[in-house]
This record gives sequence, C-alpha cells and structure tokens, in this order.
Amino acid sequence: MPAFGSFESKCVRKGSMEAASQKRYVARSTQIAARAVGGEMMIMSAKDSTLFTLNEVATAIWEAADGSTPLDEIVDQNVCAAFDVAPSVALSDAEDLVAELSSHGLLLVSDQPISSTGGPAKETP
Amino acid sequence: MATVSTPSGVPGVVIEIGGLPVRLRVSDPEFIALLQERYAGFLTTTSEPRFEFDIDLQPPDIDYLDRDVEVVYDAGKWSFARGDFYAEWIPSAGRGRIRQTANPYSIDSVMRILHTLLLARERGFLLHASSASAGGRAVLFAGVSGAGKTTMARLAPPSATLLTDEVSYIRKLPDGYFAYGTPFVGELNTPGENLKVPLAVLYLLKQGPVNEIAAVPEQVAIRALLESILFFARDPELVKLVFETAADFVRQVPVRQLTFLPDARVWEMVLQDSARRS
Repeated sequence: MPAFGSFESKCVRKGSMEAASQKRYVARSTQIAARAVGGEMMIMSAKDSTLFTLNEVATAIWEAADGSTPLDEIVDQNVCAAFDVAPSVALSDAEDLVAELSSHGLLLVSDQPISSTGGPAKETP
Repeated sequence: MATVSTPSGVPGVVIEIGGLPVRLRVSDPEFIALLQERYAGFLTTTSEPRFEFDIDLQPPDIDYLDRDVEVVYDAGKWSFARGDFYAEWIPSAGRGRIRQTANPYSIDSVMRILHTLLLARERGFLLHASSASAGGRAVLFAGVSGAGKTTMARLAPPSATLLTDEVSYIRKLPDGYFAYGTPFVGELNTPGENLKVPLAVLYLLKQGPVNEIAAVPEQVAIRALLESILFFARDPELVKLVFETAADFVRQVPVRQLTFLPDARVWEMVLQDSARRS
C-alpha cells in the first residue's frame, strides 16, 4: 500500500518556475476511486485494488491534474504558491510523484493536453 | 435434510448465506451429502433461489493445480478460475456452472467469490474477520494474520453467539449495517450461527500488554478495512463500489483499535463497550 509523502523540503525562496522545454500534461485516470479523508487523498486503483495515500502537497497536484494544465504550471500555481518549497525541489518531487502514479495507471501523462476520454485533446477549430 | 428436486431432475441443495439463496445442483449423492453436512444450518427449501449453479465433478488436472484465483467479467459472464475449479456465472440469466474436484474447499471458494460479487452491488462485503452477536448486536474482530481473530472467537463467553471465526458477512440495509452468520470456517472449524444482527462496532485487533480500546483516525480505519475486505475481481466498476462502501461503513459504524491480552477479561471490556454503543 504505497504512500506518497515527499515534498518535505521547506522553502528557502519562492519564485516563478523556469519554463520547461517540453510541456507535460497529466490527467487523473477514470479507472480509480478516490476520496479525501483527514487531509489525505486515498486512491484505489480500480484495476488491481491497490490503495495509495497522498499527502497534502501531492493531493494538490492530484486535484489539479486536469489534463489541460502543464505540470510545471500546476506546480507553480498549486504547490509553490501554497507551500513553502523551493521551485526546483517542488518540480523534481512532482515529476517523481507523476512517474510513480502513472506507473500504477492512476495518472495519464502526455506531451499534449489530455481529453476527458484519456486521449490527446483535439484542437479547437 | 434439505435435498431439493429440480425441474431438470438433478438433485441439489439451496444454500442461503446473507439472505441470498443459491441452488447448487449435482448428481453425485456423496457430494450432496458433503454439501449438506458442510452447510447445515444454511440450507433452505425455497423454490425460488436467486441463482442456480450446476456442478460438474471432475478429477484434478495437475497441470493447473497451482493456478492462482482469477475472477473476470466479459460479455455478460463472470468466470472464476483457480487450480481446483472453474466456474461461469451469467447474472442476467441467474444461472451458472461449476467444474471442480469433489472436495468442500473448492465449492467454499466459489461461494465466497460469488458472494463478494453479489455484495459489491448491494453495498456490502465479506471481511476477513471473526464476529459474534452479543446482546443483540454484532461485534467484529479484524486484523492481520495472527492478530487474534480466532482467539477472540475462542474466548467468546456463553452469552455471545459466534457468527464466524473466519469470514464475516456484512450488508447495508435501509436501517443500517448488519452482520450475518456464515458457514465459512477457520481454525476453530466451527460454522457460525445463521443469524442477522445489527452491527455495533468493528475492532481492529492488536495483541499487547493491556486490554485497551482506542479511537482510530478515519483514514486509518478505511485503510484497515480495505485490507481485510475479500475481493478478487479486477473490475473497475465493482472496485469503486467496494471503496465507496468501505468509506461509508467507516462513517456509519464505530471502528476502534482493540489492544488485548488473550484471556477472557478482554470480552468483559468488549461487552461493556458494545453495550454502550447500543
């Protein structure tokens, strides 16, 4: 039963993040059940019933993973703006979190915006 | 004993666990006798079982005996497979068939899997926990292997009625959560009484130096409950339902950690605590 609880580093400064050379988009899988309980986000993989627990910062990223906001903007707006954590540390931890959750099928990751059906979103004409 | 003749002419028994009658048809009289003995107390003569299964007894296939349990839904049909059995069940038709060796453990496993699927849609679950009825209310004892589930069942006073020493059966009804007795036996090898009892409290067991009951944070309770729920199907819709049911259960039913010394005094404390919640 993995628990994701990094983001322990406290901020030494706050600031905007450098633009990532490659935008990455993240979206919550529909193959999960999730519920916020006692300041944690509990997520169960509907594929294999594995239970995951996210801490407060990871929960902020999870909730912002809408498929249309790039990961670096999510970190900037939802982590750095709300928690005392260095931007470089926050982004690094966020990438680790995304890698872990996506390896279990909880998050979808793409270099293009992700539609609600899980695929790349079509451009608006 | 409750042997039931069926329209097909194949004899069978109807086993009612958790208020859900299931007919098993098998032509082998020795296996029927085995079923009658194993599920005595849970047999019924209803002519309208909820589901019917035909059992085909076969010799073991040694090539598949080590196969792990697999529960899959495809095209309107569930299939349950393990090394010692293969079962198919079409819920919409109310029918299924089971191919297994002539032993009680295979049919027990099939019944457990079937009930996990039935319960998932009815906001219930099977729980790896012992349970007993005391003072008209049910108390559940869950924990990891060796935590004391069987010990609590063994130490139960005469005033308590054993519902199960191994697998508890939980259903949500309009007036709350209920525990049902089950024939699923553990180390005690004693089936539970076929009762339906409103649920008072779930204790998470931990053996320690003193007898003590402590509150449990909600997220800890949900996690512990999910770890003890029996569920085998890799089905996204049902997994979501089980998760939501576990969260709802923790909101509705008190969950406490019970640290205990393995002697009769712990039951005095349990009886006082559960009576206070009635």
